[in-house]
Amino acid sequence: MKQFRAFVIKEFYHIFRDRRTMLILLGMPITQILIFGFAINMEVTDIAVAVLNPNPDTYTNQIIERVNANDYFHVDYTIHSQNEIDELFKQNKIDLAIVFPNNFNEDLVHSGKADLQLISDTSDPNTGTIIVNYASGIIADYQKEINNISGNPPYQIVATTRMLYNPEMKSSYSFVPGVMGLILMVISTMMTSISIVREKERGTMEVLLASPLRLSQILIAKTIPYLSLSFINLLTILYLASFLLGVPIRGSLFLIIIISTLYIFLSLLLGLLISTIAKKQVEAIIMAGIGLTMPVMLLSGMLFPIDNMPFLLEKLTHIIPARWYIVIMKKLMIEGLDFTFIIKELSILLGMTGLILALSMLNSKKRLE
Amino acid sequence: MGTLKFLIEKEFKQTLRNSIIPKLIVGYPIMVMLIFPWAINFEVKNIKVSVVDHNNSVYSQRLIQKVDASKYFIINNITSSYDEAMVDIEKTNADIILEIQPFFDKNIVKNKTADVMLSANSVDGTRGLLGNAYLSQILNDYSSELRSELAHTDMSPKHKMSAINIIPQYKFNENLDYKVFMIPALMVMMVTLICGILPALNIVSEKENGTIQQINVTPISKYQFILAKLIPYWIIGFIILSIAFVVVGLLYGIWPAGGFFPLYISSLVFIVGISGLGLIISNYSETLQQAMFLAFFFILIIILLSGLFTPIASMPKWAQIVAYSNPLSYFMEIMRMVYLKGSSYRGIANPLLFLTAFAVGFNTWAVLSYRKR
Repeated sequence: MKQFRAFVIKEFYHIFRDRRTMLILLGMPITQILIFGFAINMEVTDIAVAVLNPNPDTYTNQIIERVNANDYFHVDYTIHSQNEIDELFKQNKIDLAIVFPNNFNEDLVHSGKADLQLISDTSDPNTGTIIVNYASGIIADYQKEINNISGNPPYQIVATTRMLYNPEMKSSYSFVPGVMGLILMVISTMMTSISIVREKERGTMEVLLASPLRLSQILIAKTIPYLSLSFINLLTILYLASFLLGVPIRGSLFLIIIISTLYIFLSLLLGLLISTIAKKQVEAIIMAGIGLTMPVMLLSGMLFPIDNMPFLLEKLTHIIPARWYIVIMKKLMIEGLDFTFIIKELSILLGMTGLILALSMLNSKKRLE
Repeated sequence: MGTLKFLIEKEFKQTLRNSIIPKLIVGYPIMVMLIFPWAINFEVKNIKVSVVDHNNSVYSQRLIQKVDASKYFIINNITSSYDEAMVDIEKTNADIILEIQPFFDKNIVKNKTADVMLSANSVDGTRGLLGNAYLSQILNDYSSELRSELAHTDMSPKHKMSAINIIPQYKFNENLDYKVFMIPALMVMMVTLICGILPALNIVSEKENGTIQQINVTPISKYQFILAKLIPYWIIGFIILSIAFVVVGLLYGIWPAGGFFPLYISSLVFIVGISGLGLIISNYSETLQQAMFLAFFFILIIILLSGLFTPIASMPKWAQIVAYSNPLSYFMEIMRMVYLKGSSYRGIANPLLFLTAFAVGFNTWAVLSYRKR
């Protein structure tokens, strides 16, 4: 037992000696929370507009004025031909073009109907359609104004809406569990795999094996400092999320911490597995860093909703532990549900942990002979 | 000049000695372009609805049918208990509850107005918002239908309404396919990861191996040394992107509207810049672990604050400053402009200029920061 403790302390020294990395490891969650909490959002604002108005008159001018008066829109260009529209889009100078036909005012007054064209840049489909929705809303309001209508037309079904769990629809609510899933996994996996492979590369692994400790004890001793580091990161993230971003922690904090610790443990074991496959540090870095980052960021549900994915891909996401962890965290933190609702996801995580452990043990027996 | 050739040859040999790298160069772009475009989608659909119908009339059932027929919604359950529907939400079997009040039919016919309650799970804010918007749209359509059916029996005088008919036109990506928008983003992300991290590992592994001492005692100049280290990564980046372009074109039928030439020119400048950044990190690190984490730290930040996933315009001022000092933002803009809009050189001239400035800056810094100790 004393020898085990000595090993663990040695591993801690390794980390403390590398100040720079330690700073990054502790600083990463902070920057991620700041970025995800404040910078990443899908709101559409700052819409640049070009207007083609061949016959400026009361109605057309009023519509343009209404659009410009709205906080989100600003009319930057008044153009005189359709050709200019394309070029302005291609130079990314406008997001929306409003095109009035020649007889807009006349048509509206005499026949009560007039057309109006809204051309939007739908490179980003959501943004493009939201822009058209906003503009249509402004024009619809204007239409009510000129018709002196207030209130609802007859036979209108009125909906009252309630936003459950996240009434202000803050994107940070769904991002924070994602950040937890990404940071905890990537750091733990990378640190463990690099550390073990480094010893193999330097030849110091042989020295360790010659010591009275068993291989399994050596490996566990290696993971303990990273477990503590990740645990500190977990607490940092929870603290920042709750006090800086106002993300609620409605469920049992105890459960959250226990399950997160399980997840950290899983990631450490994954790092262990990678270390049995990689022969060099560079390989370990490529596998754990480049290989893991993209799938976890894109397929775990942290950025892109899994509900949208086609059937096969959705099944593929089942392999990624972060996916299940994120679901559990959302249910515990934001929906405040209790244990019975996460049994399925928890069992999957436990199963994965066991599998990775078994694989690592199988592999490491072969390797170090 | 001869020295340079030998140095480049040495670099190639060293790099390829890691058996994983050739596999990475060929396999990674194929895998990334094969799998991820299907995942990176902000579209909201397959919204599961649990209906609580307190009315059970022809009118309420018609509403339910309309929701069922919509491509956005899937009816999960029809019940008469709100609590049961809430359990659906908690078990993630439903995303939104549509509650139809009792006397729905009587209210429509007699009082000309009726209420429904929408409760949306908004943990994912966008999903809640859009689910709400789509359902409201269905309600509006239904209201219009009822209006034209029932207004015949209505005795109130009609008045003349002026109607402005809006014709929307969607330009670039008319099919509103998210893949087209996000595939350039995937390419940028992939190139950044590989051409940013691998060079960062390069000089540091020489430091760790001790071979750096041998280079330091040779008369090779700093410029030659750094240049020889960079060139293999330019070539690797070039190959990776080319494979990606081809896979995307063959698999999804998406080819750059602006042609390959502007694409390759900007990609080259970007790769030069980002590998320069990797080398800078390498110069300032003593161990592989340090280099890896430093590189990863920066790369994660610049990927997120570049307009790749979310627009720069939606960011707060401080984040925008970071985004505009970020070479990725400009490269991302160019890639999307050329792929989607077919922008000519006039369109990409500005961002390309910035990219060139970054490339020059980073590489100068890389050369200057290398010290033969």
